[in-house]
Amino acid sequence: MSAIGTRAGTGAAGWVLADSWTMTRRELAHWARQPVRIVVGLAFPVMLLLMFTYLVGGGRGVDGDHAEFLVPGMLALTMAFGLEATMLAVTQDLTKGVIDRFRAMPMFSGSVLVGRSVADMLQSVAALAVMTGVGYAVGWRWHNGLTAALGAVGLLLLLRFAMLWTGIQLAMVAGRPEMVQAVQILVWPVGFLSNVFAAPESMPGRLGAVVEWNPMSATVTAVRGLFGNPGGSGGSWAAAHAELLAVAWPVALIAVFFPLAVRRFARIGG
Amino acid sequence: MARVADAIVLDDVHKRYRGRRALDGLDLTVGRGTVHAVLGPNGAGKTTAVRILSTLLRPDGGRAEVVGFDVRSEAGEVRRRIGLLGQHAALDEQLGGRQNLEMFGRLHHLGARRAGVRADGLLARFGLADTGRKPVKEYSGGMRRRLDLAASLITDPEVLFLDEPTTGLDPRGRAEVWSSVRSLVGGGTTVLLTTQYLEEADQLADRISLIDGGRVVADGTADTLKARVGGDRIDVVVRDASQLESAAALLTDGAVLDADRRLIGAPAGDRMATLTRAVRALQEAGIEADDIAVRRPTLDEVFMALTGMDAEVAA
Repeated sequence: MSAIGTRAGTGAAGWVLADSWTMTRRELAHWARQPVRIVVGLAFPVMLLLMFTYLVGGGRGVDGDHAEFLVPGMLALTMAFGLEATMLAVTQDLTKGVIDRFRAMPMFSGSVLVGRSVADMLQSVAALAVMTGVGYAVGWRWHNGLTAALGAVGLLLLLRFAMLWTGIQLAMVAGRPEMVQAVQILVWPVGFLSNVFAAPESMPGRLGAVVEWNPMSATVTAVRGLFGNPGGSGGSWAAAHAELLAVAWPVALIAVFFPLAVRRFARIGG
Repeated sequence: MARVADAIVLDDVHKRYRGRRALDGLDLTVGRGTVHAVLGPNGAGKTTAVRILSTLLRPDGGRAEVVGFDVRSEAGEVRRRIGLLGQHAALDEQLGGRQNLEMFGRLHHLGARRAGVRADGLLARFGLADTGRKPVKEYSGGMRRRLDLAASLITDPEVLFLDEPTTGLDPRGRAEVWSSVRSLVGGGTTVLLTTQYLEEADQLADRISLIDGGRVVADGTADTLKARVGGDRIDVVVRDASQLESAAALLTDGAVLDADRRLIGAPAGDRMATLTRAVRALQEAGIEADDIAVRRPTLDEVFMALTGMDAEVAA
C-alpha cells in the first residue's frame, strides 16, 4: 500500500534500458565530480606515447617513421591497460555499501555492470581521440582512407570491450583492491610481450612465436594494416591472419567472461 | 498488495555464512504496522536475518516472507515494498545527497520528474536541503545516517529494515533517528529493527525477540520479558561508600554491589513491604541513603538471565 506508486506502463525491457542509463549517468556524474582524474587518465597514455617516440625511439636511432610504427601499438596497449582501470573501479565499487542498496531495489541488477561498461567505453573513445591527435602531431598518419581507419578504431574498441568484461570478472573473483595490484603486475608482461615495440622477427625463435600468438599482437598487426602503417609482417599463420584473430580473440574472451561476470554479479553476497 | 496479515514471517530459517551457522532455525512473526526489535549480541545472527529478509542473502532452509512474498522466488515483489537501512551507509560517497536520492528514485522506477520531487521532499524532511549538492563524503556521521534513512524511504516502503540504526551515533543523532522511526510508525510502516542497545528496543519496539546463536531465546513485549526474569528490584545508593557492605546486609539476600556508584541492587519480592523495611532498617542503622527506588528489571538483566551472558560484554 505504498503511497508512492511506481510508474506503470513501461515493460521490463524498458526498465533494463532506463536502469542502465541511470547507472551510466552515475558514472558520468563521478567524472564531473573528479575532472582531475579524467585528465590524468588521458595524460598517462599520451606521456607513454611521447616517451617511447622520443626517448626510446630516439635512442634506437629510428627515423621519422618510428611514430608510424609505434602509434598503432600504443593505441592497442592503452586499450589493454584499460583492464586495470575497469578492475580497480569494480573492486572499489563492490566494497561500498551502496551496492547493497542497489541489490535490494527492484532494478535490473545487471545495470550496475552496464553503467560501468558504457562509461569505460566512452573513456576509451576519448583516450583514442586524444592519442590519435597527439600521434598526428608527432608524424603519424593513416593512409588507407577513413573507412579502414574506422575499422581499426573498431578493432581497438573491441579489444577494450574484451578487457572490460575480463576485468569485471577478475575484479569479482579477486574481490579486494589489493588484489588488483597483483593483476596489474601481470598485465605489463602481456602488454610488452607483443609486437607493440619490436617486430617478432627480431626476437629469439620461441619468444617470437609467443609474441605472434599474443592476442594483443593480432590487434596491433591488423590495426597497422588498416591504417597503412609499417610493421613486421612475420611468416606465421597468426601474423598472416591477424585481422581474423583481432576479432576472434576478443570475441572469445567476451563469450567466456560476459556470462560469467553477469552470473557472478547476480550471486554476490551468497 | 498484501496477501496476508503478517508483514514478516521467518519460519525455521537456517543459514550457514562464512563457515558459521549464522541462523539455526530462526522463527519470527511481525504484525503489520508494528515495530519489532531483534536484540542480541554481535554474532547472534541479527544482520544475517535482515539480509535474508531484504533479499541480499538466500536462506539455506526454512520459509522467509515479506508481506506474503517469498524472498527467494518473489524477490522482485519484496524489493518493491521494502526499505533498508544497513549498518554501513549505503550511499554513493562521491555524489551529492540530492543526486543519491534522485538516482535511487529512478531505480525504484518513479520516473525522472517524480524522483526529483521526491528527493527534494526527503531532503527537506531530514534537514538536508542546504547540503544536497555537497558530496556525501563531506557529510558528518549524523547527516550521512539521515540521508541513508531518507534513501530507505524513497518509496514509502511497507516494511522498513533498520540494522543497528544508531550504532556509532552520538546521543543527539540517536534521538533524531528515534523520532524519525516513531513518526514512520505513525504512518503505518512496519519496522524491523536490530539493536544491541537494550534501551533502544525498550524505547521503540512493540515486541522484542531476543536472539542468540541464530535462534530466538525469548520473545514478547518489554514488560513480559522483564516479568520472565522474576520480580522487581530495589536499588539503594548510600552516601558513604564505606557503609556499602553493612547496608547490603540489612537488605534481602542476593544483593549485588557496585562500589563505583555506591549502589546496592537486590530482589524486591514484595514491592511496598521491601521498600518500607529497607527505609526503616537503614534509618535504624544510621546509614544515609542518597536514593532508594523499587523498579522493574532492566532489559540488561533480562538478557543476562535468559542468555547467561552480559549484553554489554557480549556487544
